[in-house]
Amino acid sequence: MKVLVVDDEPSILMSLEFLMRKNNYEVFIARDGKEAIEILNAEQPQVIVLDIMMPEVDGYEVCEYIRKTEALSKMGVIFLSAKSKESDLEKAFQLGADRYISKPFATKNLLVQIQELIEEKELRAI
Amino acid sequence: MSGGLIVIISFLYLAILFGLAFWGEKRAGKQKSLVNNPYVYSLSLAVYCTAWTYFGSVGRAYSGGIDFLTIYMGPTFMMPLWYIVMRKMIRICKVQRITSLADFISSRYDKSVGLGTLVTIFCVIGILPYIALQIKALDFGIQILQADSMSGFTITTSASILSDNAFYLALVLGFFTIIYGARKADVTERHEGMVTAIAFESILKLFAFLLVGIFVCWFAFDSPKAIFSLAAEQEALSKLFVFDGSSHYLEWLGISLLAAFALVLLPRQFQVSVVENVNEQHIEKAIWLFPAYLLLINLFVIPIAFGGYLLFQNQVVDPDTFVLAIPLLFENNWIAIIAYLGGFAAATSMIIVSTIALSTMISNQIIMPTLLNRPALLARLGNDLTKALLYMRRSSILVILILAYLYYRFAGQDISLINFGLISFVAVAQFAPAVFGGMYWKNASKRGAAAGIWAGFITWMLLLVLPSLPIIKEMSLIQRLPELLAFYEGPQSNILIAFFWSMFFNVTCYIYFSFSVKQSSRERNQAEVFVDINKYARVFEQSIMWKGLAYVKDIESILAKFMGEVKAKKQLKKYAAQQGKTIQSDERADAQLVNHAESLLAGAIGSASARIMMSSVVKEEEISINEVLDILKESQQIMSMNRELQDKSDELKRLSDRLWEVNEQLRLNDHLKDEFISTVTHEMRTPITAIKAFGEILLDNKELEDDERNQFLSVIVKEAVRMSRLINQVLDIERFDSGKQKLECTSCSIQEIINEAIASLEQLINDKKIVLVKDIQQQIPPIYADKDRILQVMINLISNAIKFVEEGSGKIIISAYYIDGDIKVNVIDNGKGINEEQPELLFDKFYQAQNQNTKKPEGSGLGLAITKKIIDHHGGKIWFDKGLKQGVKISFLIPSERKYRRKGAMDASEGVVAKD
Repeated sequence: MKVLVVDDEPSILMSLEFLMRKNNYEVFIARDGKEAIEILNAEQPQVIVLDIMMPEVDGYEVCEYIRKTEALSKMGVIFLSAKSKESDLEKAFQLGADRYISKPFATKNLLVQIQELIEEKELRAI
Repeated sequence: MSGGLIVIISFLYLAILFGLAFWGEKRAGKQKSLVNNPYVYSLSLAVYCTAWTYFGSVGRAYSGGIDFLTIYMGPTFMMPLWYIVMRKMIRICKVQRITSLADFISSRYDKSVGLGTLVTIFCVIGILPYIALQIKALDFGIQILQADSMSGFTITTSASILSDNAFYLALVLGFFTIIYGARKADVTERHEGMVTAIAFESILKLFAFLLVGIFVCWFAFDSPKAIFSLAAEQEALSKLFVFDGSSHYLEWLGISLLAAFALVLLPRQFQVSVVENVNEQHIEKAIWLFPAYLLLINLFVIPIAFGGYLLFQNQVVDPDTFVLAIPLLFENNWIAIIAYLGGFAAATSMIIVSTIALSTMISNQIIMPTLLNRPALLARLGNDLTKALLYMRRSSILVILILAYLYYRFAGQDISLINFGLISFVAVAQFAPAVFGGMYWKNASKRGAAAGIWAGFITWMLLLVLPSLPIIKEMSLIQRLPELLAFYEGPQSNILIAFFWSMFFNVTCYIYFSFSVKQSSRERNQAEVFVDINKYARVFEQSIMWKGLAYVKDIESILAKFMGEVKAKKQLKKYAAQQGKTIQSDERADAQLVNHAESLLAGAIGSASARIMMSSVVKEEEISINEVLDILKESQQIMSMNRELQDKSDELKRLSDRLWEVNEQLRLNDHLKDEFISTVTHEMRTPITAIKAFGEILLDNKELEDDERNQFLSVIVKEAVRMSRLINQVLDIERFDSGKQKLECTSCSIQEIINEAIASLEQLINDKKIVLVKDIQQQIPPIYADKDRILQVMINLISNAIKFVEEGSGKIIISAYYIDGDIKVNVIDNGKGINEEQPELLFDKFYQAQNQNTKKPEGSGLGLAITKKIIDHHGGKIWFDKGLKQGVKISFLIPSERKYRRKGAMDASEGVVAKD
């Protein structure tokens, strides 16, 4: 199981990396949207944990790219953002997000959501 | 006819007159006024026709043909003009509560006591002989009736006063006048009983004259036609048929004008037409009713004159007696008695009204002001002066009548009936310039009026009175004066010449002195009210200019003195009700009340006396011209109210626009504040997220290696520090914004501060392998600043530069030098630069909030905002250099200590306080 975590905050990125690793996911990290897209194309992870506010290419653009790219279209997208307004959520789901988790987040909840999403995707694939 | 019978009839007639007057008063008391109609008003005007005209017209027609008509034509032709003048005059008198002609003139010219006295004296001089003439007519009538045709109706004077019927008749008339003419103190209260009697007398004299006329035309002769054809045969009469315009037109014109003046200015005319007027609309009917009356009463003058001539051809009979003599010749005693009563009525009505008018003048214009100027005398009269006032008026009535009688006894025997009437006319005509001028010419002044009246009267005395007196020597200069000044020859030339010259000198003096002597402001004020009465009629009391201090109780006591306590209270109550306010006696009186009281008082004692009286309680201050101007300005302001309202509404609109703007700004600020808060809280989520995540990780993973655990713990600490820094920044911004931030300034070296900042950031610089160049001027002057704050600025700028440069190739240059009293510091990096058109926006604390896109800038963004505030508060300046191809150059200026000290002790002592 490959998971990509994207965040421009080193501390948060570090915590996410640890959590994924700890739960036996093959984890990839990206510090901004541009980097994320490169890794996505190279590794094609099952799930991406995506921050929204990042320099250069933001989370929305990454999500939009994923849904437009056929090879990546089945990927589970989880937004993990400090933005918590209704309009932000709406936009995220419009762009094809599967989950939306607000910062600060509960680590267990994040792991549960990732697991659920993976199962959902597998079920659909069958 | 026996003398006793005639006297009894006369007294019976007077008894009827008393009865009528009593009835009239009673009706007035019951609010069913008899005199409140235009017919009674018009009839009362006919007091103009005296015994002089009743008997004398025939005499004049006998000698001069239709010349006698002039004194009736003047008033008739002038009626339309009279209407206009009279209406204004009545209005003025009602508003000002004017009681007589003398009061009118005095009131118009500064309420002058002197002028009032002058007019009164001249009136008495001018009118007294006229009254004497009427008394003569009373005696004359009785004697004619007693005489027989054989004696030629000659008249003798009885040897003693006590056996003279006229004396007793005069006394009875005096009592009548006292009872119905001087019963109340307030003269402006009309004498309805008296007017009723006068109207009746007018009817009687008209009826009697018409009766005699009809008797002459259809009983003594066959028809008027017969009289005229018989008269035409007489050579002496034929000339009377021709109206010789070529020689007399001047006389016609002159006498008509004189009569027109007299109709207004004779005291008795003023009394009935102005003072006794109930409703000014009555004038409208009077302007044709009165001329109609004059026409009727003159209808038979010529037939009677011609008839008398024809009947008494061979006898010497005075044509003045024809009215009585003709009925007597035919032994028709009833018609003779009625004719006698007609003449009696004409005489008595004139005597009654003239006496009332003159007594009012004497008491109000002469006695009262004299009394008021002698406080000791006044004090002896006690508090209620109403009685004193009435006694004064009553005794002056008696005095006038007695004087008139004496005049008749000792001087009046020789005067012809018609002549003294015209001499009186010329006398009263002297008031014409002052009265009419005063009504239409604002510049007419007190001096002008007095000078004019004096000049007119002196001329009148010289040309009409003195030459005819027996003591004047024949052919002396005074006797020849009228001849010397004569400019034409005619039957009435003496009257006309005197009229012309007296008016000439009068008007000349009037105009000259009005122009040469300036009016006082108070006088001017009265003039304004008189001339523009229509404007002031309603707002009179408000518009009058008065300034001073008075108390209600003083005013009340004055009013009580002259009107009686009950009436004074009633009047004040009425006034209060009209004004819709309460009047307390311990209050200060306002100007309106003082004016009202003065006008009430004027009704009782005349305006000049009222002015004196009021000034005794009112501490009046002279109104300066400036104050008059102020009052004018005030009214102008009212006029321009509309314009100002417009201005005000424009102003209001401007204000509301401004308010809208401010509100908008506030709303924007509010919005920005919300955004700022949301940015800040968002910014806080990042450290909290990290702290929370690692906290949970540490909790859930007890088996972690020490290294890993320590790493995670140090992240938590680092994020906590970040968090607290953010909080401090927010607090800093808030303190600067609210002005709570105080700088603790000391003298410090910028070099030290830069070194300290670099030292605290050394770790970061070394980590990123940045080349740091320091270029600080040797012996750089010190600054006077809050060292910690400037250090904060330097750390902020350097750490921003560190963030922007690439690792390994980064270069930062820090330079500082003295320039024009300031210290300039530059921080330059070779980083990726700012992708911003207006880099100065970066200093705005809301910048991030406004441009909250997903492209997250470095740091919280609050650092630069705080930096700018710190520099601003030190009186410095910070900016980005534009146009750099690469990297960022940020510079700031901060005043050197010397410059700072020079700026003044004030700033230094207070410390530098936030300005925004």
